[in-house]
Formats: sequence, structure tokens, C-alpha cells
Amino acid sequence: MPAVSKGDGMRGLAVFISDIRNCKSKEAEIKRINKELANIRSKFKGDKALDGYSKKKYVCKLLFIFLLGHDIDFGHMEAVNLLSSNKYTEKQIGYLFISVLVNSNSELIRLINNAIKNDLSSRNPTFMCLALHCIANVGSREMAEAFAGEIPRILVAGDTMDSVKQSAALCLLRLYKTSPDLVLMGEWTSRVVHLLNDQHMGVVTAAISLITCLSQKNPDEFKTCVSLAVSRLSRIVSSASTDLQDYTYYFVPAPWLSCKLLRLLQCYPPPEDGAVKGRLVECLETILNKAQEPPKSKKVQHSNAKNAILFEAISLIIHYDSEPNLLVRACNQLGQFLQHRETNLRYLALESMCTLASSEFSHEAVKTHIETVINALKTERDVSVRQRAADLLYAMCDRSNAKQIVAEMLSYLETADYSIREEMVLKVAILAEKYAVDYSWYVDTILNLIRIAGDYVSEEVWYRVIQIVINRDDVQGYAAKTVFEALQAPACHENMVKVGGYILGEFGNLIAGDPRSSPLVQFNLLHSKFHLCSVPTRALLLSAYIKFINLFPETKSTIQEVLRSDSQIRNSDVELQQRAVEYLKLSSIASTDVLATVLEEMPPFPERESSILAKLKKKKGPGAVSVNELEEGKREGGELNGGGERGGDSSAISTPSPSADLLGLRAGPPVTAAAPSAGSLLVDVFSEAGSGSLASYFQFVCKNNGVLFENQLLQIGIKSEYRQNLGRMYLFYGNKTSVQFVTFTTTLNVQAKPVEPLIEGGAQVQQVINIECLTDFSDAPLLNIKFRYGGALQNLTLKLPVTINKFFQPTEMASHDFFQRWKQLSLPQQEAQKIFKANHAMDTEVLKAKLLGLGMALLENVDPNPENFVCAGVIQTKAQQVGSLLRLEPNAQAQMYRLTVRSSKDTVSKRLCELLAEQF
Amino acid sequence: MIGGLFIYNHKGEVLISRVYRDDIGRNAVDAFRVNVIHARQQVRSPVTNIARTSFFHVKRSNIWLAAVTKQNVNAAMVFEFLYKMCDVMTAYFGKISEENIKNNFVLIYELLDEILDFGYPQNSETGALKTFITQQGIKGQHQTKEEQSQITSQVTGQIGWRREGIKYRRNELFLDVLESVNLLMSPQGQVLSAHVSGRVVMKSYLSGMPECKFGMNDKIVIDKQGKGGTTDEPGKSELGGSGKQSIAIDDCTFHQCVRLSKFDSERSISFIPPDGEYELMRYRTTKDIILPFRVIPLVREVGRTKLEVKVVIKSNFKPSLLAQKIEVRIPTPLNTSGVQVICMKGKAKYKASENAIVWKIKRMAGMKESQISAEIELLPTNDKKKWARPPISMNFEVPFAPSGLKVRYLKVFESKLNYSDHDVIKWVRYIGRSGIYETRC
Repeated sequence: MPAVSKGDGMRGLAVFISDIRNCKSKEAEIKRINKELANIRSKFKGDKALDGYSKKKYVCKLLFIFLLGHDIDFGHMEAVNLLSSNKYTEKQIGYLFISVLVNSNSELIRLINNAIKNDLSSRNPTFMCLALHCIANVGSREMAEAFAGEIPRILVAGDTMDSVKQSAALCLLRLYKTSPDLVLMGEWTSRVVHLLNDQHMGVVTAAISLITCLSQKNPDEFKTCVSLAVSRLSRIVSSASTDLQDYTYYFVPAPWLSCKLLRLLQCYPPPEDGAVKGRLVECLETILNKAQEPPKSKKVQHSNAKNAILFEAISLIIHYDSEPNLLVRACNQLGQFLQHRETNLRYLALESMCTLASSEFSHEAVKTHIETVINALKTERDVSVRQRAADLLYAMCDRSNAKQIVAEMLSYLETADYSIREEMVLKVAILAEKYAVDYSWYVDTILNLIRIAGDYVSEEVWYRVIQIVINRDDVQGYAAKTVFEALQAPACHENMVKVGGYILGEFGNLIAGDPRSSPLVQFNLLHSKFHLCSVPTRALLLSAYIKFINLFPETKSTIQEVLRSDSQIRNSDVELQQRAVEYLKLSSIASTDVLATVLEEMPPFPERESSILAKLKKKKGPGAVSVNELEEGKREGGELNGGGERGGDSSAISTPSPSADLLGLRAGPPVTAAAPSAGSLLVDVFSEAGSGSLASYFQFVCKNNGVLFENQLLQIGIKSEYRQNLGRMYLFYGNKTSVQFVTFTTTLNVQAKPVEPLIEGGAQVQQVINIECLTDFSDAPLLNIKFRYGGALQNLTLKLPVTINKFFQPTEMASHDFFQRWKQLSLPQQEAQKIFKANHAMDTEVLKAKLLGLGMALLENVDPNPENFVCAGVIQTKAQQVGSLLRLEPNAQAQMYRLTVRSSKDTVSKRLCELLAEQF
Repeated sequence: MIGGLFIYNHKGEVLISRVYRDDIGRNAVDAFRVNVIHARQQVRSPVTNIARTSFFHVKRSNIWLAAVTKQNVNAAMVFEFLYKMCDVMTAYFGKISEENIKNNFVLIYELLDEILDFGYPQNSETGALKTFITQQGIKGQHQTKEEQSQITSQVTGQIGWRREGIKYRRNELFLDVLESVNLLMSPQGQVLSAHVSGRVVMKSYLSGMPECKFGMNDKIVIDKQGKGGTTDEPGKSELGGSGKQSIAIDDCTFHQCVRLSKFDSERSISFIPPDGEYELMRYRTTKDIILPFRVIPLVREVGRTKLEVKVVIKSNFKPSLLAQKIEVRIPTPLNTSGVQVICMKGKAKYKASENAIVWKIKRMAGMKESQISAEIELLPTNDKKKWARPPISMNFEVPFAPSGLKVRYLKVFESKLNYSDHDVIKWVRYIGRSGIYETRC
């Protein structure tokens, strides 16, 4: 509102508003508004010209009525007329009405744009500002189309006033955010960057917001801003608090600008130029020094401003992660905050420390605060702070302090808040597994965990215990003993019963020698819990009983008695009933040999990524715990379990059967369904799957099963088999939504069996494609998928992962045979060679697995250098057979590979080389 | 059962709060205020359910009366009670307004204690209540112990609505038939829906404990009598003034004094009347309704900026009768910017606050017609919505019963005292009013 002075105030408006305020009921208000609207309509009728003042007044009234929640369907024209007025107040009201009420599809938009254009080209700075504000407030695509070219010119023009520049920068930022494709900086880039040198602090502050946003999208173009930002920052930091006058806030010079500068710097790696870097380090040191100085004011605003800069500086230090000295200092500074009176500061300190803990330089420094953090976990009054403390403990944990931290977390768990218990349980489980030195400690910890917080122990946790116990011979006896003891408690949690049932069923024989835990005692102990358990647990216990019959024949009659009882064999639950009937028959009919075969000890589980970790990731999203930390955890987890493969690769190798493949597929949806950050999670689960169809296409070169494509709606899984020159591919289309897809069709440039035209919500349909390789090829067949989701037609084109290497037949040969063939294929066009940088870590096992997945035979002891890999195979096509040899030489120092492929056909060599280069 | 009763002013401030049951907490008061009185959109439903608590409200001018309950009560009962409560309050202190309620809050609490007991409605007969809840001090009335015990025996007795020993020098009876006629008519004059809801209100000043019998031209009764003897009624044609002999009543309800068993068996309405004013019965009819007025609308759109409206009304009853307080309300489009009206009779005005042209005629005899024409100027808008053309509505009052109901007799028998039916002076009056009387245009 303009200042209401006597000459300028709109008395009619004031009266109208006070009338409305005084209305006693809604009806009275509506009556008053109707009356006013009729009045305005008669005034706007057009047979008499209104002066600017009354036009402004009526437009204002309309605006007020609109803001009260009534529809306004006239008056737009009058508002547009106001734009061409020369008076500030009238113009302002006009713009206000337009930015509030005019929608983009109005036919008036052309007139409005014209008026804005006039104002932009006028020399009057206030009019220019008004126009810019209107553009920013409306911020529609149409506005961007009309003015995106104009505003940068205003922004960098030499004669533009500072206030207009400020508005222009922010307006451009807004347009860039709504339609980035329309705002092309191009030639303006360098001049915009130089705004950082502007005399006027306001302009710099506005410009830096714009630059930060732009540089996040195309960092290279704005690289030059780093040095400018550093010099600007150093000028601010080193200035005395009085230098900047208007921009000094409670003795802190330009806090907002400093924060923005520091944030801009976080978009870039540390500056390479030594001088710039030195200056920046100096700045950061000064900021850290200033934090130590006594406060210049007792006001909370002073400390807030100071701390804001400090925390931005610390996150910049963490972002660079290259200055051990600064990192340690930052850590010490945060350590001081850990004991600060202010709860918010403690929270921020814990949060920043979490990220510091993952840096190798400051990890040790963070560890020195362990006592304080544990104390915070116990005594902090605010649950969110306790949560951060728990996060930090998790982050700072390593081999040296794992026992202490796990013990502390366990003891805290008893009193922890319900909201964070499940997460705490997961963390304890992961830490215990990751840093387990001896497995008895691990088993103890987990059993303790189940005892203390049984309700919060998810399935994944106890699955994991059992996986580990089964895969490790040395702990089985101990585990059985401990479980047996734990079960003796009068009341124990159902999860404990589950673990107990499983472990005693498998390894009860290991402790049967002790008369205190004789078979019958074990059985009675388990059975005493039976009636208190839910159906799935009972089912598990029944399986444990039948295993007992195998382990201890002497318990057979007792157990048969139990199985035969009405409560089992006539149980209302089908699953229990069936188990009881089948186990009873099995035990009475089968001979001991058969029984022993059927009920053999479970084979070791295939190693895969810890399901607990996946669960924790799902729970927190990738933001809370940094990704590389998780990666590290995964690697260490792998080590612990005897050096298995990582992540998705292993599932591809160890799951040859179709049913096991579905397991791998099913791992996808639960992870992605809930989290909005589906993409990033998928990357963890199936290496690079889902990041793009091309990437996933290359991923399938070395494996036959997995997820080909996934978005919010649809998941396409693939399972394929190849024999000689024939192949069969199963495509699974999974509907991830709850709505059905209608008219679902797929077309292939090769023929395929038609697929069901309808996919129910949450359902999956299957399509089979038969493939025959006629001759060698390099282009993959394209699969086109069309379906209707809701009303919208969805169209999708994917490359089917059918590559030439799928038709490989492995050929085993001895060393001299290999080199003989190698020499035979010595024509220059028969060889294709490529030298390339490693995309993934150079892990021998992974490489081997990938080469095997390729379909060739991996020949051991052929190459004199054991580091090198050598493969041989024959590609079967209908027309001919193409023999191929391959040699892969990794160079660990340079992280490079040299790949050489020789085959009897030049196109095959070339294609294989291309395909493989993407794999390593 | 009703858990509590609150009265609010227009701002939502609580004037009266009486809680009868423990399941209604203090927060219920606020819940109603926040969700209903201060609701963003206009409140339509008289029943609101907030957090498993039901609120039944009625509004009298600016005052909200709300009954609250957690149980599944008979909503009709609750509203009947609320209306009764309004009647009682009006009978005690006149118009229900914030000031009156504030001035009489002790009285209101007293009344609430009497007419609701643990949430169950009790005797709410104003006459009976006035005997023991008084606005003066008890001393002023010089009530003797005898009188007090008489009140007790009356209130708790079989005929709770009448006390004994009433004496009048002149025995008089006033009988009003009040009807409201509702109509929805298509532009072509086709009746889409029509019904009459009527009330028979009586004022009786009779001595002793008289027994009354009320007769009207109920179709069932007439048919039964017709079967008995068709020859002996020469006066019957006199009764049906408009040529109609009998009416079919769809449903009716009676005052508690009417002996329902007798009505069920003989369909005769006999009762011992309360003293003073009361509503004897309510009824509803849907067949053969006499529509007192016919509205013929004519709306023509001339371009985008002009609308011509012509409305003719025709009165359709005996020329000797006079209709009063006639008001025709012609809605105007929302983008009206000016109106010119010409009418032959009465006064017409464009009311911007109500978006309507209001045409008022003081009196109009039967079988006449009158017309109004208006030119409405419109402001062109960029709104694509077409005007919905709400119906033209009408208000009036006519001195006959549109349902065709006629009072045939009202006999008074008093065996103990020495006056007979002939000595009672009886007055009958018919008033027909408009309810929702609309014609689409």
C-alpha cells in the first residue's frame, strides 16, 4: 500500500474495508460486497471516463474483495489501463492487481506485456523496478518467453541504477527457475560474473543468488566467479565492522553476502590457483579466528549472524576436504559448540560433525569428542538433537571404538524414544556386523539387541544374524549355546524365538552333549514358547521340530505327538495345518537316509549386500548419511563375509535359476516404491541400472538377468537364456502404480508374441521373445512400448540388450594353442584394440565375473603375466562361426586397461571391443 | 440424548453453556465455534459432526443455538426441542437477541434445568412452565402451599397441560389455519413440485375441563360419512367454497392433548385443550393445491451487454378476496451494471446487495394480472461461465387455505359446568402464506 497521506489516501476504500470488518455475519458481508461490486460495475460501464484516482480506488477494492475469497471476473482492463499511468501509486496498484489476478492464458497478456516493455525501456528507475517485480511475481513461461532476452541486458548495462540491477538479477533468477531453457546467458556470462565486483553491496548480494543458481547447472561457464568470490569474501572478512555501514548487521559485516559467497564456493572444487587458494584459506582461518573472539554484543542477532557465517565456512571446509589443518580446527570449533547453551547450536554442531567424521583428515579429531557425544545422547532434552548424536556416533565408529559405541548405543536403546528406536536398532546391527572382531561378540550383541528392543528389530536384522551364523562354522556352536540360554528367560521376544528356533533347528546338535541342554530339554524349551507366538513364527517352529527329528531321532515320538495333536493338524490356519500334516507324514514314512537328505543343514547363503544396510538407506534417504560412507560400509561388510562380490553383480552371477532371479527383481520395488529418491537408491542396488536406458543396456552385456528400465510407473525386468545361435528372452512388465495400464502394446522391429493389453495396478505380465542370430550384428533391436496410464498415453523406446557376445560358446584351450591361434589372427583388420580409463574399482574378482558373464571361457595360466586376463570363445550365428580371442591387461597404477580382441571377422572384433570398453 | 446446549452470539462468544452429560467436554464449545461459526465457507448443514461429536444448530437472527451429543440421537427430536426452546424463550422475554439473553440468563438456566433432564426433554409447555418458573419473585405472587401442591399434581398428573379450576366469564375460542404453500414451476407453466404445510393454531379461553372435538374436511372422514348417508347433507356443498369437497392429508402430527387412540380408531380429533395459545396440529398436503399466483417470466438476451426481462403475475382466486404483502424477486446476472424498471402497479427496485430486482405490491384482488418489465445492462466479462438463471421467487399472504382445508366444526362439551357448545364464542381465520414459491425463467 502506498503511504496513506491526506491527499493520496483512498477514503472510499478505507470506508469499504471498515464496513466489511464491522459486518456482523457472513451474510451481511456478502450483501455489502455485492453492493460494492454492483457499484463498481456501474462505474466501469464505460459511458463515462474515470479519472486515474477512482480507477485505482476501484481496482483496489476489487483486489480486496478477491483476497477475501470472492471471484472477480471483471476490472482487468481497468487494471491494465492503470499501467500506462504516469503516477507511481496508480501504476503500482495496476501491477499489484495483475500479479495477483491475471492468469497466463488471459487475452490481456499481450497488452500487459506491452505495458511492461514500455516501463522497462523507460528511464525511470522506479517504473523499471515495478515492471521487473511484476515479471518475477507472475513468473510464468509466457513472461519468460517475452522478457528473458531483455532482462540480462538491463542487468549488465552500464547506466542502469543499482536498485534496478538488484531487481533485474532476482527477476532473472526467478525466470531461470521456472523455465531454464529460455534463459540463455551466453554472451552475458562474463559480465554477470563481474557483477561480483560491483560497488554496491545490494547488487552483489542479488547477483550472487543468480550466479549460484546458474553455476549449479553449468559450472564450467561460471568458473571465473571463484576467484572473484574469494577476493570479495576476503575484503568483507578483513574489513572492520564499521566499514560497510549499511551492510553491517549487529557488528558483523555483510553476513548474508558472506554466507552466499561461501555457498557459491561450495559449488566448485578447491581453486587450483595457489594465490587464490591461499587467500581463501586465509579467509577461512580469519572466520575461525573470529569465532574465538569474545562477542561484540550480547544480542542474539550478533551471535546468530556470526555463527551463520561460521557454519557456512565449515561446510565449505568439509566440501573441500583437503586442508587437514582447517578440518581439525573446524572440528575443535564444533567441539566447543557441543557444550553450548543454545540447543540449536548443539544440533548444528552434531550435524556438521557427522559429515566431518567421514573425512579421513578429521575422523580422528572427531573421535576425541566421543564422550561428549555419548553424554549428549543420554542427557539431551530434544529428541532431534539425540537423533543427531546417534547419527554422529554411527559416523565416528571404527574398529578402535566400535565396542564402546555399540555398548553405549545398546544401553541407550532401553530408554530411547520410540521414533528413533528402529533406526537405532539397524545402526547397532550394522556396526556390530561391520566391526565384529570375533563373532561371539557379534552374536551376543545382536541377541542383546533383540532382548532390549525386540519390537523394533525388523525382519532384516534377524535374517542377517542367521545368514552370518550359517555361513560361519566357528560361531555356530557358540550361537546355539547363547540362544539356548537366552530362551531360558521366562519372557522373551518373538524375534528371539524365531532366531532360537532357526538356530537350534540347524545346530542344536552342537550343544546336545551337555545334559543341561539335551535334545528333549531343547525341544521343550522351544515348545513352551510356541503358544505365545504368531502364525509365521509357529510355522518356523514346526520346521525346527522336523529338523529336530532328523538331528535327534530320540525326540521323534514326542514331536510326532505334538504334530498329531488337534491344535496342529486341525489348525484353522492353512499354512500351519499343511506343515503339520506334511511333517508328520514325512517323519513317519521316510527312512532316516531320506530324512537326512531332505532335512540337511542349510547351505551357506550367497553373499550379497547386507539387507540391513539397504533398509537403513531406505529409511533415511541418501541425504542423511553420506553415500560414500555407505559404500565404505558395504565394502567392509563384504570383507567380513569372506570377500564376496559387491551389490548387484553378485545377484546376477549367483542366480541362474528363474525363481532366484525374481528375488533380484523383487528387491527393487520395495526400495523404490516408498522413497522419492528412487533413482539414487537404485544405483546402489543394481550398480548403474535405471540411470538411463543406454547405461542399463551396456550393463546387460555381461549379465542376462536384471532390471532393464524403471521409472515411477513401470518396471521392466529381463531374464534371458542363450544356447548356440538361439536365445529366448522373458520380459516382465511390472506396474508400480495402483492404477491399471490400458491398451498396453509393445512393438519390436523383430517379431514378438503379443503381450496382454492390460496391466492391473501392482501386477506383472510376461512376454517371451525368441531370438535367432543369423549373422553378426552391431545394432540392438528396439523395443517400443505404448500404454495408457490414467488418460495419458505413455510412449517408451528401449534398446533390447541383445548383443553379439550373447551367442558366445566358450572354448577351453591350453597356453600354446592360444598363442598359436592368436598369431594366426594377425591381420591388422582382425585386431581391435582399445586403451581406456577404469570406470570402476579394479577388483580382480569383479573383473573375472564380468568376463565370465561375457560368455567366453576364461583361460587360467595362459598369459605369462598373472595380472592379465585371457579369454576364448566362438560366436555362433546361423551363417557362420566366428572364433574370438580376447586379452585384457589392467594397469593398477594408472587405473587404465588395454583391451585387445582378435577374431576371424573384423566387424566382430570392433563391436566386441566397443561393448567391452564400457564395462570396466 | 442431548449432552449439552450452548448459545452463542454472532461473534461466536458463548452466552449460555449448559452441559448435561460428562462425555461433553469444555472443548466442544470451541470446536463448534471454530468449525461452524467461524467456518471459511458458508455453513449449510444444520448438523455437523466434529470428532465424533454431533452438533445440531438453529440460528435465530444473530444468535446460534447448538445442541451437542456424542450419541446417535434422533435428530428430528433434537430440532423439535430446539424450536420449542426458542418458542419458550420468546414467550418469556420476547425477541431472541443477544441483549435479551444476557438480561435473562438466570431465567434461561432455570428453564434449561426444567425442560431438559440429563439430556432428556421434559415438559416444555409454556403455560405449564409459567406456573412455576416466574419472572417475578415468588413472594410477589403470594403462592400458598396449596397452590404449590396443585402445581405439582398438575405437572406430574395425567393432564399436565391444563390446571383445574379455570374460570372465564366469557368462553371464547380462536382458531387459525396457517398454511405455507411451496411451489417450483417450469418456465412453461408446468408444476414440477408443490406442497402445502399447514398448522392449526388455537387460542382457548374456556372454563373448567372442557372436552373438545374438532372436525375438518378430511377426505377419509367425508368418504366414510358419505357411505353412511349421502342424502342428509345439503350444507355440504356450502362447505367446499372452491368447489372442493374434501382434501387428502398426507401426514399430520398433533399436540400432546389430542387422544391419538381415538384418532386411530375413528379418525376424530378430540382433546382437552390447554389454556391459552397452542398448536393443535400440523399437516402436509400435496394434491389439488390451489396456487394463488401464477408467474409468467419472459427473459430475452440482447447481445452480450443487455438483458430484457418481462414478468407477468396473475392472481388465481375469488375476486372478492385480497392478497397482501406481495413481493416478487427477479434475480439479475452477476455482471449487472445498471437496471431500468417499469411497472404498472406497486414499486420495483434493483437491490444490488442481493443481486435481484424486488417488486412489491401492497394489495391485489383475485383474478387480476399485473406486469413488470426491466432492462438490465451487463458489463462484458472475460468469464466464460454462462449465467445460471436462478428462479424467480415470490412472497404473499392470502386469506384462504391453499390446501382447501375447511373447518367443519369445533364442539365443546363441559359436563360439570353449566355452559354448552352454543355459549362458546368461536372465531375461525384462514391465512395462506408463500413458502418457497419459485418459477424458473
